[in-house]
Amino acid sequence: MGWFIKIFGSSLGKKLLMSLTGLFLISFLTVHLIGNLSVFSQDGGLAFNAYAKFMSTNPLISTVSYLLYASIILHVIVAIVLTSANKSARPVKYKQLNAKDNSSWESRSMALLGILVLAFILLHLKDFWWQYKFGGSYQFSEDANGNRDIYALVIQQFSTTFGLASYLIGLLALFFHLKHGFQSAFQTLGINHNKYTPAIKNIGLAYSIIVPLCFASMPVYVYFFK
Amino acid sequence: MEKVRNYTLKIWRQPNAQSKGEFKTYEVKNISTGSSFLEMLDILNEEISEAGEDPVHFDHDCREGICGMCSLFINGRPHGPEEEITVCQLHMRTFPNNTTITIEPWRAKAFPVIKDLIVDRSAFDRIIQSGGFVSVNTGSVPDGNAIPIPKQNADLAMDAAACIGCGACVAACKNASAMLFVSAKVSQLALLPQGQVERKKRALAMVDQMDKEGFGSCTNTGACEAECPKGIDLSNIARMNREYFTASLTS
Amino acid sequence: MSLDSKIPEGPLAEKWTKHQFNLKLVNPANKRKYDIIVVGTGLAGGSAAASFGELGYNVKSFCYQDSPRRAHSIAAQGGINAAKNYKNDGDSVFRLFYDTVKGGDYRSREANVHRLSEVSNNIIDQCVAQGVPFAREYGGLLDNRSFGGAQVSRTFYARGQTGQQLLLGAYSALSRQIAAGKVTMFTRTEMLDVVIIDGKARGIVTRNMVTGKIESHSAHAVVLATGGYGNVFFLSTNAMGCNASAAWRAYKKGAFFGNPCYTQIHPTCIPVHGDQQSKLTLMSESLRNDGRVWVPKELSVSEKLRRGELKPKDVAEEDRDYYLERIYPSFGNLVPRDVASRNAKNVCDEGRGVGETGLAVFLDFRDAIARDGEDTIRAKYGNLFQMYEKITADNPYKTPMMIYPAVHYTMGGLWVDYNLQTTIPGLFAAGECNFSDHGANRLGASALMQGLADGYFVLPYTIGDYLTGVPIKKIDTDHEAFTEAEQVIKDRIHKLLNIKGTKTVDHFHKELGKIMWEKCGMARNEKRLKEAKVEIQQLREEYWKDVKILGVNEELNMTLEKAMRVADFMELGELMVDDALDRKESCGGHFREESQTEEGEAKRDDENFSYVSAWEFKGEGAPAKLNKEALVFENVKLTQRSYK
Repeated sequence: MGWFIKIFGSSLGKKLLMSLTGLFLISFLTVHLIGNLSVFSQDGGLAFNAYAKFMSTNPLISTVSYLLYASIILHVIVAIVLTSANKSARPVKYKQLNAKDNSSWESRSMALLGILVLAFILLHLKDFWWQYKFGGSYQFSEDANGNRDIYALVIQQFSTTFGLASYLIGLLALFFHLKHGFQSAFQTLGINHNKYTPAIKNIGLAYSIIVPLCFASMPVYVYFFK
Repeated sequence: MEKVRNYTLKIWRQPNAQSKGEFKTYEVKNISTGSSFLEMLDILNEEISEAGEDPVHFDHDCREGICGMCSLFINGRPHGPEEEITVCQLHMRTFPNNTTITIEPWRAKAFPVIKDLIVDRSAFDRIIQSGGFVSVNTGSVPDGNAIPIPKQNADLAMDAAACIGCGACVAACKNASAMLFVSAKVSQLALLPQGQVERKKRALAMVDQMDKEGFGSCTNTGACEAECPKGIDLSNIARMNREYFTASLTS
Repeated sequence: MSLDSKIPEGPLAEKWTKHQFNLKLVNPANKRKYDIIVVGTGLAGGSAAASFGELGYNVKSFCYQDSPRRAHSIAAQGGINAAKNYKNDGDSVFRLFYDTVKGGDYRSREANVHRLSEVSNNIIDQCVAQGVPFAREYGGLLDNRSFGGAQVSRTFYARGQTGQQLLLGAYSALSRQIAAGKVTMFTRTEMLDVVIIDGKARGIVTRNMVTGKIESHSAHAVVLATGGYGNVFFLSTNAMGCNASAAWRAYKKGAFFGNPCYTQIHPTCIPVHGDQQSKLTLMSESLRNDGRVWVPKELSVSEKLRRGELKPKDVAEEDRDYYLERIYPSFGNLVPRDVASRNAKNVCDEGRGVGETGLAVFLDFRDAIARDGEDTIRAKYGNLFQMYEKITADNPYKTPMMIYPAVHYTMGGLWVDYNLQTTIPGLFAAGECNFSDHGANRLGASALMQGLADGYFVLPYTIGDYLTGVPIKKIDTDHEAFTEAEQVIKDRIHKLLNIKGTKTVDHFHKELGKIMWEKCGMARNEKRLKEAKVEIQQLREEYWKDVKILGVNEELNMTLEKAMRVADFMELGELMVDDALDRKESCGGHFREESQTEEGEAKRDDENFSYVSAWEFKGEGAPAKLNKEALVFENVKLTQRSYK
C-alpha cells in the first residue's frame, strides 16, 4: 500500500490521475453526445425521452455513473492540489512575461477553463439531472410511450437567451480545455512517439472541435428552430 | 543598419538573498551591434563602477553557450528572444535602437536569488546526486566496444545529454517545473544499455528529489522545449513518465 | 633544490606497469582516515575527486562556479584521442606516444607521454560505462575521426560537444560520491592559498564567494586541477572565470612553475570585432578539413574589402592567395595549430588581412559546397555555421567565414614529477594546471585525454603512495599556519578594497592583455620581450595604487574576485616573459623571431634548450630562479618538424 500512496503522492502520480480521469471524462463525452443526438429525431422527443429513461434506470449505466461522478470530483480535487502547488513554486512573479511566444494560451489557462467547464457542468446538472432525478420545480408530463417528457424541458431551457448563451460559453471553454487536455493526457501517460503523436494531436484537435460543436448544435437548433 | 545603438535597461537589483529587490533603470549608449548581450552588460558595469555604483551581478562563464552558467530573463523570456541560444550567444543587433530591455533573474522557489540576477541552482545538482549516474567505479569496466549500441539510441541519448543545466526550462514554465531537465538525464541513461541496471531506481529517486526541491509539476505547455537553448525534446518528459510509472508498478 | 622527475627505470613500455607495482598501498581500513582536497572540478579534478571517493578517501572538492558541472572542460568541442586502433589503420600506443611527443616539438617527457597513451584506452572504456553517448556507427560500435592532421583515425567524439559529455560523465561520478558522503562539495568557493606545515601541503584557505567568508580546510594532501592561465591575455577562448590564482599561490609557496611561456594560439577563432569585446569564440578545427584559408594577393584588394567596397565572393580566383596550400603543399590547410596561426599573423602583418580591423583571414567553403553540395556541408558543419551566423550575422554558405588566431590553451603549468607531485610534497597538480604532457604544443583532442588520464588513472595510484608516508593524525585548522595564511589573505583583500583608485580592474586586465598579446604572443623577440617586462612591472605598480574596487568583502563581489585574479595574472605575465626571454629557440607554440629557418619556419635548438624550465619563486621583488630539468629522448628521434 505504501507504494500506492507514494505514486499518487508524487507530482507525476497526480498528473497520472488527471490524465486517467480526463480520458475517462472524454470517453463519457462521446457516449453522452451520441445519446443526446436523438434530440434531432423528428418524433416529438420520444427517442430522446426513451434514451433518458434508459440512462437513469439501467443498472450498468448507474454503476458507471458513480465512476463518472468520482472522476469529476477527483479531477477537480487533484487539479486544485496541483494548481496551488504550482502557484507556490514561483512566489515572485515576473514583471514582464512573454509567454505567448513559447506556449499556447489554453495550455496556460487550464485552471480557468476548468472552472468554467465545472460551472457549466453544475449548471447543466441543475437544469436537467437534478430535475429528472430528484424532482425540482419543474413538473414532468408523460410522453406517448409513458416516459417522463424531459424533451419538453430541453426545449424550454434552450428557448431562453440565457440558456443558449450560458451553454455556448461553457462549450467554448470545453473546446479550449479539450484542445490542450486531449493530447496532454497522452503525453502524461508517456505516449509520445514520432509515429503516433502527430495523429494523437490531430485527433485531439478534431475531437475538441467536433464534440463541443455537436453539443452546441442542440441549443442553437432549439433556440432558432423550435 | 546603424553601427551603434542606445538602450534603456530595467534591471532587477537585489544586494543579497535576504533583502528586498527592486528594478532600477539605466541608460547605455553607443553599443556596437556586434556586441554580445553580456558585453553590453560589461560596458554598463564599467560605466556604473566608474560612477561609484556596485556593478550588476549576473552569472556567466564560458560565453560560448555550453557551460550553462548564464541565466537572464530578458523581455519576458529566458535567454531572450532568439531560439536555441543562451544569453551569451545573444547579440545586440537583435534589439532595435532606442528600446527598453527588461532583465530579471530566473524566478522559482527552488532557485532563490543570491544577488541581483544570480540565482542558486544547486537543486539541479541534488537531483543528479539522487540518481543521475551509472554506479561504476573507476577501472574494472568492459571494453568500450563490448556492448554495441544502436546508432539511433546513441543519437537519442546524445540529444538528451546535450542539456546544459541552465534552468531556462524552469524559468519558462508557468509552474516552475523541472521536468525537462530531469527527464533529459533519465532519458539519456534509460536509452543506453549502461543505464539499465539502475533504471527503475533512478527514475523513482530523481522524481522524488525533484518534488522535494519545490519545483512545480508539468502541465505540458511546452514552454520548456520552446525556450531550451539546446532544443531538448518534450518526448523526454513522456519517456520519464513511462519510466516512472513502470518503475512504480514493477519495482 | 635539485629537480627529481622520479621517472622509473626500465624500458619505456614497462615503466608505468612496474611503477604501479612499486607504489606503496594504503591499507583499505585506513583510507577513510585520510582527507584529500581537490581544487577544480573539470575533467582532471572531477575525475580525481570521484575516483578518490570510490577508493574510500574523504574528499573535499572545490569550484568557483555554481556547480561542478560548469568547469571549462565543458567547452572542448572536437574529441578525445585513444590508441584503440578500432579502425585497423595502424594506430598503437606507441604511435600515439610518438605523435604526441613530436607534436609537442620534443619538449615533453617520454615516460609521461607514454603513460598517457597507455591509459588512453581505459578512458574510453570508463566513459562508455558511465553512459557517455559517444558517436557510433550503424553497427553499434564506436565511431572515430581523424583530427588535427593526424594520419590515423583515433579521435572519439560526441557531436561537437565531446568535452561537455566527458565532463558530465565525471560530474555524474562525482555526484554519486557526493550522495555517498565521500565527497563534500564546495561551490562558489575560490582557493586563495595553500597551507604548508612541516614542509608538506596540509590544506588550503578559501573564500566563500557568496558570503566573503575566509575559511581554512585541512587535509593530508592537496590536488590542484585548476586549469590554464590563458586569461593572462584578457582575450582568449577560456571562460571568463578561468584564472591562475591557485597555481600562482602554490608557486609563491614553493611549487616550481614549468614552461610558462608555452601558450597555444588556436587558428580558427572568430575575429575580434571591437574594443568592447570580452571573450573570443573558437570555431572547431574540423572546419579546416573542408574550408580553404585565403587572403587577397594584393594589398589594394584587402583595403577595398576592409572598407566594404568589395565583396569577398567577388574577388577573382587569380587574386586570391591560398597561402597555407601554397607554402605547405603536402599538409595544406591542415597544418598544425601553431603553424596555421603564425601564418595568419604573417599575412595580416603584411597588411593583407581582411575584416574591419584587418586582423582576419578568410575560411572559404565555396569550393567544398560546389564539390559536395550544400546539404553535405550542412550535415557536417551545420551547427558551427549556425553559431557563426548568430555571432557575426554573416551566412557562411554565401560568404566566406573570417577567422583569426586566439589564445586557447597553456601547455605550461606547475612543474610535476612522474607522480604528478609538485616540488611541494603533498601538493599535486593535474590536467592543464600542470606542465606535464604536451611539451611546447598540444595536439588536438589531447587535452581531454590528459585531464581524464591524470584524474582517473594516475593520481589514484600515486597519491596513495604519498599518503603512506603521512601521519594519519589530522591537523586542526586552528594551527597557526592556517591562521597566518588567513590573515595574509584578509590583509590583501583589505588592501585592495582600500586602494579606492580611479581605474577599473578590467582596464588593467585589458592593458596587460595588450602587452602580452603584442609582445609575448604568436611571435616574440628579445627587444619586445624586454619592453614587455618593464611595461608589466609599471602596470602592476600602477594597479596597486590606482585600481578601483567597489563593494565589500562580505557579499558576492565580482569585482573583488576579479581584482585578486588580475593581481596574480600580472605577476604570472612577467614570469611568462622571463621564460620566453630565456628560451632563445623556437619550439611549438613559442616562436622566437631570432630562431627561424631561411624559409621563416620555427627552428629548434636541441643542443641548448632541450630542457624543461622550472621557475622557482625567490621572494617578492627578487628575480625568479630558473631550474632546468634535462629532457632525455631514448625512444624517439628528434627531427625538425616539416609540413611542406
